[in-house]
Amino acid sequence: MISLNWVKDYVDIASEDLNELAVKITKAGVNVEKVFTNRIENLVIGEVEECTDHPNSDHLHVCRVNIGDTTTQIVCGAKNVRKGIKVIVALPGCILPGNFEIKSGVIRGEESNGMICALFELGLEEKNEETYAKGIAEIDTDLTPGTDANIYLGTDDTIYELDVHKHRNNDCYYHIGFAYEIASILSKKVTLPEITHKEIKENVSDHLILKVETESCPYYLAKMVKNVEIKESPEFIKKRLISAGMRPINNVVDISNYVMLEYGQPLHFFDKDKLGDTILVRNAKENEEIITLDKQTRILTNKDIVITDGVKPVCIAGVMGGENTDVDETTKNILIESAIFDSIGIRYTASRLNLRSEASIRYGKGLNYEYTSSAIERACHLLEKYANATILSGTKVHDNIDKTKKVTKFKTSEVNTLLGITLTDKDVETELERLMFDYTKEDDTFVVNIPNRRLDIDPNVNDIAEEIGRLYGYHNLTSTLPSVPTRRGKYVGDVKIRKEISKRLRTLGINETKTYTLTSMDMAKTFKYDNLEQINLPNPMSQDKSVIRTSLLPSLINTYEYNKARNIKDILLYEIAKTYDINYHEESKVAILIKGNYLINDWQHTSTVCDFYTLKGIVENLLDYLGFKNRYTFEAATLPEMHPGMSAKIILDREVIGVIGRVHPSYKKDEIYLAELSVTKLYNKQIKPIKFKESSKYPEIIKDVAFVIPNEIECDIIKNQIKKSGGRLLDNIEVFDLYNNIEDGKKSIAYKLTFKDPTRTLTDEEVMEVFNKIINEVTTKCNVKLRDN
Amino acid sequence: MNKETILKLKEEISKIFENNIDIKKLNDLKVEYLGKSGKITELSKSMKDVPNEEKKEFGMLLNELRVEFTNKFDEYKEKLETEELNKKLASEKIDVTLPSTKIPVGAPNILEHIIEEIEEVFMSMGYDVVDGPEIEEDKYNFELLNIPKGHPARDAQDTFYIEDERILLRSQTSPVQVRTMLSTGGKEPVRMICPGKTYRRDADDATHSHQFMQIEGLLVDKNISLSDLKGTFDVIAKRLFGENCVTRFRPSYYQFTEPSVETDISCFVCKGKGCSLCKNTGWITVSGAGMVHPNVLRNCGYDPKEWTGFAFGFGAERLAMLKYGINDIRTFYQTDLRESVHFDRKDVE
Repeated sequence: MISLNWVKDYVDIASEDLNELAVKITKAGVNVEKVFTNRIENLVIGEVEECTDHPNSDHLHVCRVNIGDTTTQIVCGAKNVRKGIKVIVALPGCILPGNFEIKSGVIRGEESNGMICALFELGLEEKNEETYAKGIAEIDTDLTPGTDANIYLGTDDTIYELDVHKHRNNDCYYHIGFAYEIASILSKKVTLPEITHKEIKENVSDHLILKVETESCPYYLAKMVKNVEIKESPEFIKKRLISAGMRPINNVVDISNYVMLEYGQPLHFFDKDKLGDTILVRNAKENEEIITLDKQTRILTNKDIVITDGVKPVCIAGVMGGENTDVDETTKNILIESAIFDSIGIRYTASRLNLRSEASIRYGKGLNYEYTSSAIERACHLLEKYANATILSGTKVHDNIDKTKKVTKFKTSEVNTLLGITLTDKDVETELERLMFDYTKEDDTFVVNIPNRRLDIDPNVNDIAEEIGRLYGYHNLTSTLPSVPTRRGKYVGDVKIRKEISKRLRTLGINETKTYTLTSMDMAKTFKYDNLEQINLPNPMSQDKSVIRTSLLPSLINTYEYNKARNIKDILLYEIAKTYDINYHEESKVAILIKGNYLINDWQHTSTVCDFYTLKGIVENLLDYLGFKNRYTFEAATLPEMHPGMSAKIILDREVIGVIGRVHPSYKKDEIYLAELSVTKLYNKQIKPIKFKESSKYPEIIKDVAFVIPNEIECDIIKNQIKKSGGRLLDNIEVFDLYNNIEDGKKSIAYKLTFKDPTRTLTDEEVMEVFNKIINEVTTKCNVKLRDN
Repeated sequence: MNKETILKLKEEISKIFENNIDIKKLNDLKVEYLGKSGKITELSKSMKDVPNEEKKEFGMLLNELRVEFTNKFDEYKEKLETEELNKKLASEKIDVTLPSTKIPVGAPNILEHIIEEIEEVFMSMGYDVVDGPEIEEDKYNFELLNIPKGHPARDAQDTFYIEDERILLRSQTSPVQVRTMLSTGGKEPVRMICPGKTYRRDADDATHSHQFMQIEGLLVDKNISLSDLKGTFDVIAKRLFGENCVTRFRPSYYQFTEPSVETDISCFVCKGKGCSLCKNTGWITVSGAGMVHPNVLRNCGYDPKEWTGFAFGFGAERLAMLKYGINDIRTFYQTDLRESVHFDRKDVE
């Protein structure tokens, strides 16, 4: 939150439209999310001209209040309301904080046209017993009745709510830094606040020994003030803190916050008398304890930085002070700390202790050491002025901070190349002046000193180009396309085959899913057909996302269940995703799930019900499409969570590339068929180019034959023997009939054999010769019978 | 035998065919007149008894009679056959409004749908589509991208670490860019996009997902500028959100780009007037982008004095949610077939 009334102290924006300014600022890179005012409408200064007791109440008063043009009657319950005082009146139509709208009405028979307000009712003070007891605000002002009360209250401020990107958080988080941003945009100059103050001869060194025993505190300044008078802050400080979203407490605490909001530098005030005469900054000891300001006992680790009095911690550095050295109403002498701590360490401590304070946030972003010393001087200036403090001379200093200047050398042409614009050297000079960056020129090379307040800028030309670009305005860039050679991009690696598998499966009517890589242990334990050990996350967010999966099948079943629960009967799903094993070996897989009908025609009773052979057909279709025709087989196998009689390994070129089968009925009752193939293995195999194969011009001869086969002999065994015996003239074998239990323990399979010679017409005699040979060899070698009818 | 017999027969024939005859009767008639001992056949046989001078005329008349019969017969037969066929066709009439045999629908995942669209645009501009590991080394995911250990940018990407602080589930797809740049040895131009899954420790709800997809892209070459990025972004924005889409760059900050920008498109709902989708700004932020940071170029083997480049990153979920009006990010990972079925079609060009 930035108060624009406050910013006005540092940069001249009197003539600016603040809404337009917000747009300019946003365009230049700091996002002004909201422009609002804390103004309350229909709030005026009134003067109580008459005040009588309410006839029907023992505590209410009926007042005649002058509100400028007229006098109106208001019923008021405050004890301190009386004739002659000036008050703040909320007129009908006024909306007070909490969306409380003031309306004219009748209170116990007396007309009341508004409300005389207390400060807490205006949201300017906390509502508590103390503020309640104060009653209505009695105001001491020359402003005449009827005047807008916001002028008196300082609630005529415009406030910007910023959404600042991380890198600009350190300089646009405080008013001086933000003033520089505005000044750059408007090409104006910044006036810094007054930091001068008187100092007495007595030196801080007479009262304090400073030791720093940690590398996490590169910069530590301490000054001492005496005899502070603790009271309410002056109005302007209170108003500004309120605008910036902080509640005023007392002048001392408020000054420390005020300076932080000015310079971005958090200060810590110790009660010097409670502290003693030593400051030792060190890493905390393991399990060291401190009671913080909020009265909580905190247990520390050696990664935390603490300020100690030489023995015990008095403050968790940059995060929160200790109760033991807290400034309270009785405090007289104060030790002011202005320091820089390691930002990573502060972030770590704040997040471990869940203590994200205004200070820790700022330390966490990093600080400008120049403001570390300005802030401590500014605090002295304000304490002298508003707390009657006496400032001791001298500053205790621990200084180990890197003060290397950030210098960038660049040519205008480099900026132009990066941005795609055509600035001249003169333009660049103008922009650098707007930014208030000191520079010199060596021939055509700019040498720029980057100010310390811009922690975000690294000494390279890109950072300068960004600064110049954002002031130049990205909306002023013209759109061009890169001048690079024309070509068409390609899919690199196995991306292509994944796309092709996807394309084919969709064409076959299967729906693509996407599920989570992280699964539960229960899921990960199932379908471990390839015996891969999985990765268990060391710090999972939840048990159901604690394992990196080695198979997609459990997730696919989840998606099935999700759809089934939504009354979908026919479910065809696939997913392509990467899997990993414990050795980080990556394997892309494709998983397919089918259940229900494939082709659906209920009223004709011709639907195709999904079964093992449907899925086998889909897998074969896919493999054929990918160029693997005639290179794969299905081999019966017992697989986890699969039906023992309906599952198989898929083998391609003697390598297992996947599995197929029905889900075991004791795992899922539904008749679900699953397959999973390794895309990585398929990708690693070579395929042959497509070749044209002319079909034979000569007639083919077809012969049918059926064998009676023991159940345990598989179809392919007979088929392979037929193929072997059939030789060159046997062109094709199809199974056209299956008869189960033709005899006890036996089945009959009928094959349709096609004989063909691409170069001539076959004679019946030569076909019969081969055909008989097939029958002979199959019956003897496979030990099966020819079916005779 | 004489002419009268023929004429009488002719009259008889024309009368017969005026009656209703079924196919059996018709075939019987053929036998009656043209069969072995049919009436016309018999007449032909009697030709030999006709006096020579009359033979010519008799022959002519007889031929006319035969043609007459044959024509009438064929004509009648065709009529009967047509009637028969029409009857059959009428009996075969189906109700064309009965439901079809349903051919299954193979819908893409919605994220893949939008990714494929984006891939197509970038491939046409010469970008390769590259892929990388989801289990990454800290070095590629952070360090070479100018995000050293302890950098605040790491806090925002609360990462799933797998082994110490060395191996992790990638929190962004940027490591693919690093790997691609390193693979050229800093010698070759790069033009690539790398859509893929990323992971961060976010609790899943309507707008957060611990797993999500990014579509990042990178172009490294000589003399590449921010204006080139703007032109490139215009192309993809118009392709996804229509030719009238206006784009805007706003300064932003990312550790691996400098200058960095946030890229906005004009709100396609209110056309810039202000609505709830664009939070009354008229603009919608769709991606982050910028000029590749010289440190990143250097880390990946490129001399920033010689090479410049731009990088950009879209969130696939955000694009899909905007483009299709989806409110819950979990939609993409649940696959409700009743929803995804609508994506099995070509979209407007």
